[in-house]
Amino acid sequence: MAPGGALVIGDVVGWLTDPAHWQSTPFDTGILGQLGAHVWFCLIALVIALVISLPLGLWIGHTGKATWLVTVANAVRALPTVGVLVLLVVIIAPNFYGRTNAGYLIPTEIVLVLLAVPPILSNAYAGVQNVSPAVRDAAFGMGMTGPQVLLRVELPNALPLIFSGFRSATLQVIATATIASYVTLGGLGRFIYDGLAQQDYPQMISGGLLVAALALAADLLLALAQRYTVSRGITGRAGRQAGSDSRVAVLNEELASETA
Amino acid sequence: MIRFDHATKSYPGGTVAVDDLQLEAPTGQITVLVGPSGCGKTTSLRMINRMIEPTSGKVWLDDTDTASMPAHELRRQIGYVIQHAGLFPHRTIVDNVATVPFLLGTDKKQARARSMELLERVGLDPAFAKRYPAQLSGGQQQRVGVARALAADPPVMLMDEPFSAVDPVVRDQLQDEFLRLQSDLGKTIVFVTHDIDEAIKLGDQVAVLRVGGTLAQLATPRELLSRPVDAFVAGFVGRDRGYRALGFTQSGSLRTHEEPTVTLGDPLPSGSDRDWVLVVDAAGAPQGWLHLGDQPRGAVVEDRMLYRGGTLATQGGTLRAALDACLSSPSGRGVVVDEAGRLIGTVTAREVLDLIESQGTPS
Amino acid sequence: MIRPLDSASSSPLHFFGYFLDHRSEDLGWLWDHTWLSVVPVVVGLALALPLGWLARRYQWIYPPMMSITGLLYTIPSIALFVLIPPVLGMDPLNPLQVPIALSLYSTALLVRVVADGLGAVSEETVQAATALGYRPVGRFFRVELPIAVPVITAGLRVAIVANVSIVAVAGTIGMDNLGRLFDQGFTLSVSQPYYPPIVLGIVLCVLLALVLDLLVVLVSRMLTPWRRAVPS
Repeated sequence: MAPGGALVIGDVVGWLTDPAHWQSTPFDTGILGQLGAHVWFCLIALVIALVISLPLGLWIGHTGKATWLVTVANAVRALPTVGVLVLLVVIIAPNFYGRTNAGYLIPTEIVLVLLAVPPILSNAYAGVQNVSPAVRDAAFGMGMTGPQVLLRVELPNALPLIFSGFRSATLQVIATATIASYVTLGGLGRFIYDGLAQQDYPQMISGGLLVAALALAADLLLALAQRYTVSRGITGRAGRQAGSDSRVAVLNEELASETA
Repeated sequence: MIRFDHATKSYPGGTVAVDDLQLEAPTGQITVLVGPSGCGKTTSLRMINRMIEPTSGKVWLDDTDTASMPAHELRRQIGYVIQHAGLFPHRTIVDNVATVPFLLGTDKKQARARSMELLERVGLDPAFAKRYPAQLSGGQQQRVGVARALAADPPVMLMDEPFSAVDPVVRDQLQDEFLRLQSDLGKTIVFVTHDIDEAIKLGDQVAVLRVGGTLAQLATPRELLSRPVDAFVAGFVGRDRGYRALGFTQSGSLRTHEEPTVTLGDPLPSGSDRDWVLVVDAAGAPQGWLHLGDQPRGAVVEDRMLYRGGTLATQGGTLRAALDACLSSPSGRGVVVDEAGRLIGTVTAREVLDLIESQGTPS
Repeated sequence: MIRPLDSASSSPLHFFGYFLDHRSEDLGWLWDHTWLSVVPVVVGLALALPLGWLARRYQWIYPPMMSITGLLYTIPSIALFVLIPPVLGMDPLNPLQVPIALSLYSTALLVRVVADGLGAVSEETVQAATALGYRPVGRFFRVELPIAVPVITAGLRVAIVANVSIVAVAGTIGMDNLGRLFDQGFTLSVSQPYYPPIVLGIVLCVLLALVLDLLVVLVSRMLTPWRRAVPS
């Protein structure tokens, strides 16, 4: 039953270049429609997660209070996403009837937000914590008020870590939104699971390619945004002192919070 | 004027960082707080701009109780320089300097123009203005730190070990420039250091604190060296304090002897009865000593023949410099020069010691 | 054929009873899940050590290597699962695609961690080791690597916990592991909610993640006795 690799790649190209697959019909949503749905699910979750976790993470880092929240958020990462998604769908979906997809959308968004909060929260916290004590001391000593220190000094210096947390959250949300198709929701994952169910492997693999392309595009976009928002004084692009790598900083942060 | 009025800082665990401090830092002068670690010198300093609040007692700024206004408003009137400069990594140098003017709502253009002036004033090339802190050396960052503290022209400056993180050569340079700057500006400065030599070099008055946060002695540097009040201060001030105290006594007019010299590029003198001959350049500035016995006859005096280890004393300088010139000279004769660096004559250690004795113990 | 138990309730708390009734199948999936989580991390570490060392030893390798590993880490797991077979010329559904994908992820994560962990070894220490007569290979294994253990441990913990969650994703495309429990639960809940397999799957996944995480910590402690000497 296994076709050769080359044959599959040719079929995948054929599937992707078929204009019929891009347009939606009354019976079938095309690539563009599913892409739009996918992006829409992700945006909702990311905006909600950002609104919750960024101010909270900055506040925890600034005041040093309630650091246990960071530990709790990180512990959430040990939950199997698929399991939580299925569980929430089974709980919530029966409460909705009719044409609406809210029964699937709501549990999916909850899981996506749950996934996106920990990296943004812990990186915002770590970013503020990593601001050198001398810098913070100088800021207060110059006569800045607490909110001024947070917004004018700590936030700009925490931006690289905040961006890396947000990028990580975005990637996980895009990946998990794909799995949402498994619980019958739309999005690019539809092609993967429909392809699998119909043994239409070119469709399945095309779905995989589209999801990967979306993830790469989103990350690239955020990398660009980061480049234009973060001061050259901290990116190291202005000179020497590259600064320690953000991911290791996060790892150390996680380690510290877990051993604490 | 800054006045500590029975200021005490204690912590819940029972640790007392500063114990009933009574101290006055006079207007326009440099008051140095010095002592071993744990003596509460930094805590005392930080009580002035309320980075630390006293547990009891007050700190006065002229006639104002510092506790009577919001802390951030107080701090904007007080320049603050710390050990690692604490420059904001995300702001350019010029914007770092303009921090307080920006906070006070000064027009951006005006604030930046003033910052550029200040950068020049602390000895930084204006080309640095658009760079970021990470691109500067430690010494340069520290200069920016000083400029930033001066930006809003505060009457009072607090400096917490500002020069301790740079290498000794740069530190010396920064200290000299700091004194030059202060002679222009006449700020009321409180300066914290653990380095007694720095305290003695910079302070108009020096407060020695002991562990537990009590004031051991408040005195001028000269008095501190000559009359330490107790064994702790004596030990802290150091062993060769007698010698260092000479640095505060003017030598007055030293009676010098005429010294035969030879100029660079001339042939070696013959028939001299001395072992060592002083070499000067065409302008009459001493260059070093020449050991006649080692040189071939008829040679020309060259740079490489010179012994350059000796220090020079300036006429009207300190006794310490005069004595050092004698002790460091291979001929035993200390070289004395005028303000322009031209040779006046030489003096022996015996003569300097006689002068010290005739002036009595330095006090 | 999996059916809800006739006698059993569909209460979420009944997951243990569900486990007892389908013991052999569930234990099989637990075992699959375990090796799928662990083996890729071991493979990843084995590959990451030399690669990370290279990235440190030759500075010019570092940026491109980090770009490639970063790119790999960007690709969502489900996409990587379905893309690996065509790239390697295998059957579209092949039991090896999951461990291969996870090994790629683990390697990508650990190369960065190893390189940065080695980079965190102070220059003085490296110089001292060299001055004491260590040759590069001995210095790597006896000095630099042990000092980098804490950072590498942190990376291993993240990798292994992430793997436990990602393996479950493969359950949705029919691969055998604890993820199948979610598939079962979803299928059985079509007419009305049936919780036991779903809850069982979550409980087992979390327990597995905790146990594996603990194992990494214990091994790391055994390898770094000097860290216990200093009370934190």
